[in-house]
Amino acid sequence: MNKLFKIFTVNSLLTPLVSIVLGLIVGAIIMLIGGYDPILAYSSLFSTVFGNLYDFGETIREITPLIMTGLAVAFAFRAGLFNIGAEGQYIVGMTAATAVGIKLTGLPIVLHAIVAIIAGGLAGGIWAGITGYLKAKRGVNEVIISIMLNWTGLYLSNYIVRNFLLLKGQQRSEDIQDTASISIGWLSDMFSDARMHWGTVIAILAAVFFYVFMWKSKQGYELRAVGHNGDAAKYAGMNVKSNIVKAMFISGIFAGLGGAFQVLGVFHYQAIFTGSPGVGFDGIAVALIGMNHPFGILLSAALFGTLTYGSAGMSFGADVPPEIIRIVIGAIIFFIAAQGIVRWVLKPFYLKRKKEKVL
Amino acid sequence: MDWITTIGQLLNTTLVFSTALIFAAMGGIFSERSGVTNIGIEGLMTFGAFAAGVASYYAEDAGMGAASPYIGMLAAIVIGLVASLIHAVASITFKADQVISGVVINFLATGSTLYMVKLMFEGAGETPLLMESLQKWKIPFLSKIPIIGEGIFSNYPTTYLAIIVVIVASYILYKTSFGLRLRAVGEHPSAADTVGVKVRRMRYIGVMISGALAALGGATVTLTTTSTFSHNTISGQGFIAIAAMIFGKWNPLGAFGAAVFFGFSQAIGNYFQLFDWAHDIPQEFIYMLPYVLTVIVLVAAVGRSSAPAALGEPYDPGKR
Amino acid sequence: MDAATPVVELKQITKRFPGIVANDSISLKLHKGEIHALLGENGAGKSTLMNIVFGLYQPDEGSIEVNGKPVIIDSPNQAIELGIGMVHQHFKLVQPFTVTENIVLGMEPKIAGVHLNYRASVAKIKALSDQYGLRVNPNAKIHDISVGMQQRVEILKTLYRGADILIFDEPTAVLTPQEIGELMGIMKRLVAEGKSIILITHKLKEIMQISDTVTIIRRGKVIDTLKTSLTNPNELAEKMVGRSVSFKVDKQPSVPKQTVLNVKNLVSKNKEGIPVLNGLDLQVRAGEILGIAGVDGNGQSELIEALTGLSKVDSGLIEINGKDITNKAPRFISESGVSHIPEDRHKHGLVLDFSMSENMVLETYYKAPYNKGGFLNKSAIDDQAKRLIEQFDVRTPSIETKARALSGGNQQKAIIAREIDKDPDLLIAAQPTRGLDVGAIEFVQKQLVAQRDKGKAVLLISFELDEIINVSDRIAVIYEGQIVGEVRPEDTNDQELGLMMAGSKVAGGKA
Repeated sequence: MNKLFKIFTVNSLLTPLVSIVLGLIVGAIIMLIGGYDPILAYSSLFSTVFGNLYDFGETIREITPLIMTGLAVAFAFRAGLFNIGAEGQYIVGMTAATAVGIKLTGLPIVLHAIVAIIAGGLAGGIWAGITGYLKAKRGVNEVIISIMLNWTGLYLSNYIVRNFLLLKGQQRSEDIQDTASISIGWLSDMFSDARMHWGTVIAILAAVFFYVFMWKSKQGYELRAVGHNGDAAKYAGMNVKSNIVKAMFISGIFAGLGGAFQVLGVFHYQAIFTGSPGVGFDGIAVALIGMNHPFGILLSAALFGTLTYGSAGMSFGADVPPEIIRIVIGAIIFFIAAQGIVRWVLKPFYLKRKKEKVL
Repeated sequence: MDWITTIGQLLNTTLVFSTALIFAAMGGIFSERSGVTNIGIEGLMTFGAFAAGVASYYAEDAGMGAASPYIGMLAAIVIGLVASLIHAVASITFKADQVISGVVINFLATGSTLYMVKLMFEGAGETPLLMESLQKWKIPFLSKIPIIGEGIFSNYPTTYLAIIVVIVASYILYKTSFGLRLRAVGEHPSAADTVGVKVRRMRYIGVMISGALAALGGATVTLTTTSTFSHNTISGQGFIAIAAMIFGKWNPLGAFGAAVFFGFSQAIGNYFQLFDWAHDIPQEFIYMLPYVLTVIVLVAAVGRSSAPAALGEPYDPGKR
Repeated sequence: MDAATPVVELKQITKRFPGIVANDSISLKLHKGEIHALLGENGAGKSTLMNIVFGLYQPDEGSIEVNGKPVIIDSPNQAIELGIGMVHQHFKLVQPFTVTENIVLGMEPKIAGVHLNYRASVAKIKALSDQYGLRVNPNAKIHDISVGMQQRVEILKTLYRGADILIFDEPTAVLTPQEIGELMGIMKRLVAEGKSIILITHKLKEIMQISDTVTIIRRGKVIDTLKTSLTNPNELAEKMVGRSVSFKVDKQPSVPKQTVLNVKNLVSKNKEGIPVLNGLDLQVRAGEILGIAGVDGNGQSELIEALTGLSKVDSGLIEINGKDITNKAPRFISESGVSHIPEDRHKHGLVLDFSMSENMVLETYYKAPYNKGGFLNKSAIDDQAKRLIEQFDVRTPSIETKARALSGGNQQKAIIAREIDKDPDLLIAAQPTRGLDVGAIEFVQKQLVAQRDKGKAVLLISFELDEIINVSDRIAVIYEGQIVGEVRPEDTNDQELGLMMAGSKVAGGKA
């Protein structure tokens, strides 16, 4: 327990916390300029989320995929890779889970869901693995490749849904079979029909897995060594290339699972996308705000999900365009990335404290 | 079917699609040659597309007629300069991770442009349709030449401008003292510093030029293709432009070639229906084409890249 | 101006960095036409002081006068305006640029205020180069010219800016004895043309050879300023280190046994297809130290990379105790009994953001007892780290401290502890004392000799000729990817080695 506490020392938490506050202030200022009432806006945001059980449950539903894509981005980060491709991995994860959920028949209830989840995770892993392989073997920049694979994944998924899984006359697939569903009926009943599912539980377990794997296992040690200093890792006899592929593969599994949960637990079908859903890109923000630590990501996904879900209520209650929340999140990342600004903001407090000690 | 005309049209469409990419890729070059990674090109294009949509609309409203699109382009340059400052401050002054800072630009761009559109146009999701979008110019005499007359010399003024920008960028980078300094700062900042070149100032200038050019690129999409700004006016062009820059080895002429190639792979999709054998190709595969081609090209041609040596590294003169 | 007025005078300069006073009230006078040596160990504060003079750092206290007038030097630009130029130890040259572009950068001849007048630039450089006998090719690209030439470009950079006061920061570190001789000639010519020079170095020989005055600093403080003609190397060494030092490594004659490392006809080509290892042959026997002497860039790095598996060779054979390890993976080679103290400890030797305990098992983490069923055995790792840190006297606040936070000497000690503890048959030590102070250098050299005495084969690669001569039992000279000759340290001297390092084979050829 003591060790767990050490991760959340005051200093490591301070920057994100101050950044969040500064981000909300930036949002408030922009609302003021636009002629809106920021206090009304923020309070309607929070009262939306915490006002009734349905919305609270739906907020948890909103948070779940963000945890997964956040973990995906952070996992790659820890191995020194920038996985901007979580978006595409999330999409192919969805499609694989949908395909298995619809096409695979005759499996018993729990098993079918497990197979569909695994399919989603594997699809995401393989999609990210392509990027990892090209990076390792050919030295191509992983950022560019994964951006290209995001679009490729999007159109590939649309192609699969349109040609093999389509519900006649609709812009979406058929429903998955009930045996593949991971919804939790009794919990949804408790939360006034909010879409609760097992994916949330798995997401939390995934964060624990991330922590144990990265900091307690031999393989995690290798990944971190490669991430911090690839040359030293090579010197030490580690296979840097295979570690890059492994890191991207596991990272992609997280994102792919996130997509699978969304299909199996929330929608029970997959729509044909007109544009990218954005959950993977949001994962970048979640990872950064969570300082690339799995437990930090649980918190930051909760924050991100709350802000995003609440923003609908905000536009309803205070007439503020919900896009303001993206500005707030952008500002939060800005302050976290440019830590100098936060330190500059905090400086007076530190000085004050020192003076008090002298007195 | 008249093949001469078709090839001319294909070339013309290629250049139309390429124009935005060319501007943005040139922008990327100025930023990255100075040593600052700029993944925020996408967001800067979004800002530019937005500014063009809004400013042109108000200019039309004020009765400025055919001059309105040019007001839109000016507005795009201004907003691009301002938005790129955010990236510059974070990554140069505060030494933030440049990739993350670029992500911030992209976040702020999608958020704030739509926020402002809704604010300005009573909750609408896009700017009002422009009446006076840009018209194609036929260059006298030259436009009469077969194929390239139709293909090159009957195009939007922005396309001509883009080509001029490529030439100017090439001249600036390789033939002026400013270019020498800009490249020095991206290759070896402390060498530049010790001979009195202001590293941070050069990088600010590089990033801001990239903001102006990328935004101008975004503006051309609004002014020549969509005639309105909405959430998907800019969807991925910025990233393709970055790919063009890398494929072109951070060289204006190379990036120009790459941008035209990507423009072509987009344009060819529109012409597939002309071929009987192409009817069976699913539309999704045609959409995918530019992205898949980019991957193939990057894997096959570039390999380990010749990026500026100090790209992505904040300059810290006080480091011991 | 009065002839007695110093061209530069530093008055009680103090500069602090977090946790350390780099310069503590340092005063120094440089007179016109003088070569003034600044002597001190690595980390004594020489570079910091000169960076203050050159405007890269600001002093916390003290003042600077140039030609008798107080000045504030807040940027290299300001230093240049005052006529101060610096020849940096790590050349500040833009690799893909030409010589001319590098020199005119920041002060370019222009047409119409924007267009770079390249032709005029070339002409100017040519004239300057001829005036001082530097013989550089203005149109060559930096990555195509030799290190000695690159240094001349650095000198030209300062002259082009009209510098009268030149600071040379460790200028001989990467040069052959012959190139050093040429540099000395250039420096004398500069002084004869009215320039004044500050020479930063830790090499006593050079100081005795060329300087007029020498100022010794230790731990940030001025110990003494002496006329060179009135002192001797022993006195200087004692003042530099603070105690009497012999610089002789204490060791018995070696008793070599069976061959441990056998390298035959090794060929490796770089990306351009040019051979960087060109038929290299080498044997190291148990119980001996083989020193590889050579100028940087003659295949040393490639040889080490080939021996340790970090890069592949095109042909040839590498054997350890008769076992073929050619083009095998680093781990296979490591397990075959090879330890490696890497040239660049930050690049290869340590993961700076790992804790000390994590770093101490960098090559053994996958073995029992550190690995237990795929999980790290933290207590075993910590025990190992504690043992090594104690045994080798690595000064670290705790085993949880990040390697980044340790001094260079302690980082190097930690690496040596880890490598020796692997109990290898062959120990490869590449530049093992670079950047260390005298105490740490002595420690490292003693460890190498101790390993030899335990019957290990030791391969030492170093650019410091003194180190090669003092530590090795046998010296092989590398030139353009080949061993061009072999000598015994007791039978040779700088001059002979220098000639061999420049490519001329000794009479009798390979030993």
